Amino acid sequence: MTESAVNKEANGDVCQHRAVNGVKPGRSSALKEQQCHQRFVYKHDEKFHQSECNGGLYSKPFIESFEETPMLVAVLTYMGYGILTIFGYLRDFLRQWKIEKCHIAREREEQKDFVPLYQDFENFYTRNLYMRIRDSWNRPICSVPGDKMDLVERVSHDYNWTFSYTGRVVKDVINMGSYNYLGFAEKSGCCADAAAEVTLKHGVGVSSTRQEMGNLDRHEELEKLIARFLGVEAAMAFGMGFATNSMNIPALAGKGCLILSDELNHASLVLGARLSGSTIRVFKHNNMQSLEKLLRDAIVHGQPRTHRPWKKILILVEGIYSMEGSIVRLPEVIALKKKYKAYLYLDEAHSIGALGPRGRGVVDYFNLDPTDVDIMMGTFTKSFGAAGGYIGGRKELIDYLRSHSHSAVYATSMSPPIVEQIFTSMKCIMGEDGTTIGRDRIQRLAENTNYFRRRLREMGFIIYGNYDSPVVPLMLYLPAKIGAFGREMLKRNIGVVVVGFPATPIIESRARFCVSAAHTKETLDTALSAISEVGDLLQVKYSRHRTLPSLDRPYDETTYEESED
Amino acid sequence: MKIFQDSTQQSFSGLSECQLASGKDKSRSMDVKNMREYMGWLYYQYLLITGIYVLEPWEKSIFNTVLFTMVAMVVYTSYVFVPIHVRLALEFFSGLCGEQPESTVALMS
Ligand SMILES: Cc1ncc(COP(=O)(O)O)c(C=O)c1O
Repeated sequence: MTESAVNKEANGDVCQHRAVNGVKPGRSSALKEQQCHQRFVYKHDEKFHQSECNGGLYSKPFIESFEETPMLVAVLTYMGYGILTIFGYLRDFLRQWKIEKCHIAREREEQKDFVPLYQDFENFYTRNLYMRIRDSWNRPICSVPGDKMDLVERVSHDYNWTFSYTGRVVKDVINMGSYNYLGFAEKSGCCADAAAEVTLKHGVGVSSTRQEMGNLDRHEELEKLIARFLGVEAAMAFGMGFATNSMNIPALAGKGCLILSDELNHASLVLGARLSGSTIRVFKHNNMQSLEKLLRDAIVHGQPRTHRPWKKILILVEGIYSMEGSIVRLPEVIALKKKYKAYLYLDEAHSIGALGPRGRGVVDYFNLDPTDVDIMMGTFTKSFGAAGGYIGGRKELIDYLRSHSHSAVYATSMSPPIVEQIFTSMKCIMGEDGTTIGRDRIQRLAENTNYFRRRLREMGFIIYGNYDSPVVPLMLYLPAKIGAFGREMLKRNIGVVVVGFPATPIIESRARFCVSAAHTKETLDTALSAISEVGDLLQVKYSRHRTLPSLDRPYDETTYEESED
Repeated sequence: MKIFQDSTQQSFSGLSECQLASGKDKSRSMDVKNMREYMGWLYYQYLLITGIYVLEPWEKSIFNTVLFTMVAMVVYTSYVFVPIHVRLALEFFSGLCGEQPESTVALMS
């Protein structure tokens, strides 16, 4: 279906060659099995597993912790869900027999004998669990979501089925939920001024696609800047981050291709992979053994039934996973990708701007070569305080996408003020505006992240993820604590994001904080003391201060040598 | 536990403001208040752990009633039947090893 200049390369041939020869790459004696050094570091009574293996693929300690769920908590969580489910059935029963009014969509009278529409578990969950604690989500705000924000106060008199506004505003709520990593979501400053000026000059919309009349010179400049920022040959910008993934993956992979996707990938990547019609295999989260096994199997066995080699193998990973706060093991992924000659699609939605000494994402964080990643994708929605997404890579790739991607052909081009916001903030990060604001913010974010994570860990919460990731998930587990945490924090004037079932596994409910460069130390301290107070009140300081090594992975099995055939 | 301590301090300061009560009364009323706070805290934990925190009040009372009834029944049943079972068990075991003097004595008496 899709043959790009880039994709015509060796991959298919290599696969064929391997499949025909029947050489199992991992077994080949040419590969030197490297002894792996595992080191244990003791710090704050905790035991960390620091991966130092594979000849030092990592230039710095890569510490990631996922403390196990305490058994008692897991049991209580299931029990809690059990009780709530029983009451859910009771309420459904009452609704069915019209004893109680049904507030939510249901089949009409004349549809009663057809296939039921609202019977699956998701609907049951929404109706009977989510609705009860709905006040912790979708809170309307009425100011810029910077380090503080104003909330529109609302109340519900019928247990969250409807809300009414009281007309009051909750002022200066500390915002711990926005992906405003570098604090560029602000209503004053260079970015806002530039965007305002452009709005007056160009208006807010372009009303045409890039391929027709919607191509402004500023768009081209922006793309050049992005390419320079990323250190790649060319880049292309799109008006929507989600569509960048879901519309470009189908242009890159098609039938007969294999997509290897991390199990916790964002919905946009999953949608894109499904739309492409390729075969999708899922590897365990950030688990390189699992990925290597899939790669090996793919090359050895080829496509199912026909056993023809796969046309392309595309690995989909994210930079920072927004629910776990983990950072992709990029050096290992790149080594594997080179070893097995696959392609790599890296979604830097959360990591661009937020990681690395120069704010250029995971590639910068690990000090790798950007050209090792075939497709660099990212969004402007997070660190840049704007909207949209980009794809960067080789010039052939971008040229191909320009003519083949659905979101290039059919979507309206980016609105000029947004382009300006991205332009100014990116220049700021690169230090090309003649100030050190960008550099200071990157540094500030790193300091804030370390401080916030360290304090939370010391307080005894279970915190997931990498020590350098600004996404900080705090585990709550019990269903009632999701609602209680959101409410109690709002009472203390702090806005947090709590996450429950459809977005996480059912027992791993959590609160997720996003640290920002806009937070001052005092703001963080206020937030931390409130978190600690609520943590005591709700008894969510589960950590037993004995962090287990991150996911007990046996490292000895994988080697990252490129085979020289 | 922190909330418990906090409330202690609060009640302390509240009482010291009005120096009407004598020392003895003060400590007693503080104990009562502490106890109440503590019970409130326990109830809150119970709400959170069972998950009924999110339920509507009438559902809460149904749950509490059912749980209370069940616990009461368990307690009552064990009160009525456990002594009998224990005695039967004792008889059985003493029958098995009847040579033991104490148990024989206990049975005879
Ligand atoms: C990993 C990832 N990719 C893509 C997106 C979509 O970006 P946008 O919100 O700009 O559409 C998100 C946003 O949440 C994301 O987390």
